[in-house]
Parts: sequence; C-alpha cells; structure tokens
Amino acid sequence: MTGRPGGRPLVPAYLSTGGKARPSRPHLERLSVLTGSGEPAPAGLPAAELALLDALHGGSLTVVEAAAHLRLPVSAVRVLAGALLDRDLVLARAPIPTAERFDPDLLKRVADGLRALKHD
Amino acid sequence: MAFAPSSTTSGIHLPDTARDLVKILVAGPFGVGKTTLIDSVSEIRPLHTEERLSEASAPVDDLAGVREKSTTTVAIDFGRISLGGGIVLYLFGTPGQERFRSLWDDIAYGALGALVLVDSRRIDASFDVLGLVEESGLPYAVAFNAFPDAPSHYTEAQLRAALDLEAGTPMVTCDARDANSSIDALLALVQHLIDRHPPENR
Repeated sequence: MTGRPGGRPLVPAYLSTGGKARPSRPHLERLSVLTGSGEPAPAGLPAAELALLDALHGGSLTVVEAAAHLRLPVSAVRVLAGALLDRDLVLARAPIPTAERFDPDLLKRVADGLRALKHD
Repeated sequence: MAFAPSSTTSGIHLPDTARDLVKILVAGPFGVGKTTLIDSVSEIRPLHTEERLSEASAPVDDLAGVREKSTTTVAIDFGRISLGGGIVLYLFGTPGQERFRSLWDDIAYGALGALVLVDSRRIDASFDVLGLVEESGLPYAVAFNAFPDAPSHYTEAQLRAALDLEAGTPMVTCDARDANSSIDALLALVQHLIDRHPPENR
C-alpha cells in the first residue's frame, strides 16, 4: 500500500481494505449480524480489521452499524468482515434465522411491538 | 447456526435478545422529514453511513453542498427499535432520486416494505421515489408529513390522484416529530403488509 507519487493521500476507506474491492463472501447483508468468535487477534492483523474486531468486543453489531461506528462505507466493512470470517475471528448470521424467514406471524409481531411502543 | 452469545451489552451493541432483524425503508426526497421520523422513534441516536454513488450518476449531480468530484457520497441515516420478542426493527432513510438506484437496491434488499414520506407543499418531489418503490416491487404506504404551513385544502381523493396511488395503498398524515404519530404511520404500512399476505397463502 504505497501512496501515489505526487498524489493526495488516499482515502482511508480504500486503504482500509488493503486494495480489495470485493468481499470474499457475497452474502453479507446490511443487517447481517457480526459477532467476535473470541479467538485472540493474531499479530500483524491489518489495522482496519483490528478496528472492526475491537468494535465487536462485548457484543454483536450489524454490518451497517459497524460501518457507522467505524465511519467506513458499508462496502468496506463487507470486505473487512469477509477477511475476519475467513480467519474464523468473526461469526456472521443472517438478519433472520433461516427457519423463520417466512414466518407468517412475523409481521403481526412487528405490529404488536410497534403498538406497545406507543405512549399516552 | 453457530453464534457466540455476547455476555454484555454496551451502548452500541445489539441487545442480547435480538433474534429477528427486520427493516423498513423511510423513503422520500431531501428535506421531507425522513431523519426526523427516524429520530422520533429510534432507541439509538440515529446513525449514518457515507455511501458512494456510482459514477453513472455524476452528470446530473445537484446535491447541495457537494463539490464536483468523480465520486459523490450521500449520507444514509438509520435508526433501531427493539420491539420485544427478539424483533429489532431498523428504519433506513432512503433518498429516492433515480441516481440512487444501485444504492437503493442494496438498501432495499430484504426490506419488509417502505413508508414513503411526502411533503404536500411539493408533491412532485416525491414522484421519483414512488417510481423507484413501485419498480422495486416493495409494498408501501404513503405518509404526508404535516408541515405547519402545508396546504390543508386538498381532499384525499385529490392527493391520491396527484400521486397516482392505487386504491389499496394506505395514505395517512403524520407529524414526523411526534413518536406516536410516526408509529401510527409505520403501523399503517405494517397493517397493509399483513392484509396483502393472508396467512393461508404463505
């Protein structure tokens, strides 16, 4: 990762992924849930990957929330998360467990939950 | 599915009980009140991501305050609401101009539906977003954000005609600054989703 001669500093978002433009896994959605696996971070982990791992310390985040907290584009977090997934440092799951994706009661539960939020 | 339990929940992390993460788009033109609505109901301070727009969108760049560059970014606001029963609802403020199409497709993926916010003082500003919603096949409801100086002399039939809405599309008025009013608008959408998907057909 060298700067372009005579050019302006590269945007951190591009540097953050080590030049990779595509995630190693295509199926990370904005709401995919990322959780640290608990494995210790190996020495030499790129700083941006370490930052994502640190953000997952103590709890799970969706891809889009990780992007907001790290101030990175969602596309960059997809790449970083893909790299961490490949190293088994992070686990990912779909926004809704597969078995419940077509649960006909889901919408009713959403409606009930919204009604319960209303206050007088 | 392997999923390590998180032991603690700090400010930014998902509740440990989070199980079903669903999303609804809050769509509309700039300045219509998307972020206001999201802010009024979100349990977290609304966050945003900076998204790059595709190069193809560059020729018609009229984003206020954005300098002429080969790439343009737009901030996408979102909020989060825990609804109990393990459901967490995300609201994504989604601009609807044609040049946001690729971004729109990515954000809309997997969404339950869209609440289209309309400013009755400038209805034509919502035509693009309605077009995108209809093309994407996403079910939607329309909510007029009640600005204090909004014209009140239009009838519902006139507004429906102006927006070319189908008879079954819910149309409500809301005050995006008010949590209960915003929740009612979201409920109008969710009820519409329930009604169009009778359980026996699933």
